[in-house]
Amino acid sequence: MVTIVADGRDVTVPEGTSVAAALLNFGVEVFRHSVTGQDRGPLCGMGICYECRVTIDDVPHRRGCLVPVAEGLQVRTRTEQIV
Amino acid sequence: MVIVGGGPAGIAAATRAAESGRRVVLLDESPQVGGQIWRHQPGRAIPIARRWIARLERSGATVLSGASVVDMRERARAIVPSRAHVVPSGADVVPSGARDLLLPKRFAVTGERGLHPILIEADAIVLATGARERFIPFPGWTMPGVIGIGGAQALLKAGMSFAGKRVVIAGSGPLLLPVAAALVADGARLLLVAEQGPRRAVARFAAGLWRRPRALLQAARYRTGFAGTPYETGTWVTAAHGDGRLQEVSVTDGTTTRTIACDVLCAAYGLVPNTELARLLGCETAHGAVVVDDRQETTVAGVYCVGESTGIGGVDLSLVEGEIGGLCAGDRDASARALHGRRAGFRTMAHAMERAFAPRAELRELATPETIVCRCEDVPLGALSRHWSARQAKLYTRVGMGPCQGRVCGASLEFLFGWPADATRVPSEPALLSTLLADTAHDAGAPLHLGV
Repeated sequence: MVTIVADGRDVTVPEGTSVAAALLNFGVEVFRHSVTGQDRGPLCGMGICYECRVTIDDVPHRRGCLVPVAEGLQVRTRTEQIV
Repeated sequence: MVIVGGGPAGIAAATRAAESGRRVVLLDESPQVGGQIWRHQPGRAIPIARRWIARLERSGATVLSGASVVDMRERARAIVPSRAHVVPSGADVVPSGARDLLLPKRFAVTGERGLHPILIEADAIVLATGARERFIPFPGWTMPGVIGIGGAQALLKAGMSFAGKRVVIAGSGPLLLPVAAALVADGARLLLVAEQGPRRAVARFAAGLWRRPRALLQAARYRTGFAGTPYETGTWVTAAHGDGRLQEVSVTDGTTTRTIACDVLCAAYGLVPNTELARLLGCETAHGAVVVDDRQETTVAGVYCVGESTGIGGVDLSLVEGEIGGLCAGDRDASARALHGRRAGFRTMAHAMERAFAPRAELRELATPETIVCRCEDVPLGALSRHWSARQAKLYTRVGMGPCQGRVCGASLEFLFGWPADATRVPSEPALLSTLLADTAHDAGAPLHLGV
């Protein structure tokens, strides 16, 4: 099992799980806000749609569906500034 | 040789080329090779996938997973003469290893892996970029909880749990069946599988499967896997409802519309080829797929294309195309010719599939003026209808200009308005500035850098 930190919360999932799947399993449905502020979550699951973008270890806009979990990974969702 | 895409087609191409003695680098965006169809949780690979992946590992090909391609270009012909000009009968006169050293490589490939740039020079490219799902906008489709059908499968394989979730699958094509079975096996409460294709067309396709008893048997097995759920043809979803979160969906058969409460809606309408990199290299496309000849070579010499990016045809066709493309790109045409017969058989079935599951005209009427078409830039249908081409709409509304670069809305625009895809340009995917800088320097002939 691997533990990542999602929005300050410990999330423990089996090795090989993607960050997107880990978040969904822990009830996170809204990953990001769109340019007009709408709630969005994963759509394609395969790196095409960019809807699952989250901040991982301080790098923004990483596709959660393509990044496998790793011990201690810091994930932040909904980091867009809404103006 | 650079192979892009680590699904069945790319694996077959890389394996056959490396076994022929070529130096091969396979780039794949996912954390592990296998593509969408052979993606699996550790230890749960199906036998054929296991065999091919093991053969790939033995072949000597370098596999870089988690790597995306940002730029690919052909070096100017005036500066870099083609191999034929320099060594007229190259294969006989100069040993291939020496030839590699003598001649500047023809293609420059720039990618990104994690946060590091990848720079590779190649004398042949095999594109095995696969396909993505076709999404058709309807009211509510941008709500969290509405996902693709292949998307559900991908998320499931990546560890998402559907246990206890009320799920509706609505879309088109053979993919509905395995996904339905897999979700039920995972513990989902699957309420409905809606196939938009008319009953007669679907029945005709199924009847045509008698020539492929293995496919027929598999379809039957999948159907047993969700035996407790109705599979309704000629039925499609018209809207998703909820207060910010999906709560229910409206489904119609054209006469009666009903509402079903659910937690997850999987909605997508078949697959469309990924042609971005091919178009970036200047390869011709037709009907949304990359044009190839008998040798799987595109209209750009030295660039090959195999698998779903040449047209949707399934895993068997992808494998044989991959083998042919890998062999031909490695100058083993004679071995490739033996595979032509098998390829022809699988292509016939692919055409039948395309006819049976073509999205119906009614799906064009679902989106309202407020419905978002471009999810990256939040462009609603109403802002698009006054324009007359993808380029024109793009300039005025930013449709297709977000991070996905039209990969999702491009197929919608084509379906809704008949607008063919607009030109692609570098970077083909969002990239770090450091990668773009490395790409600029790449023309100077940078050495192989695998980003590790």
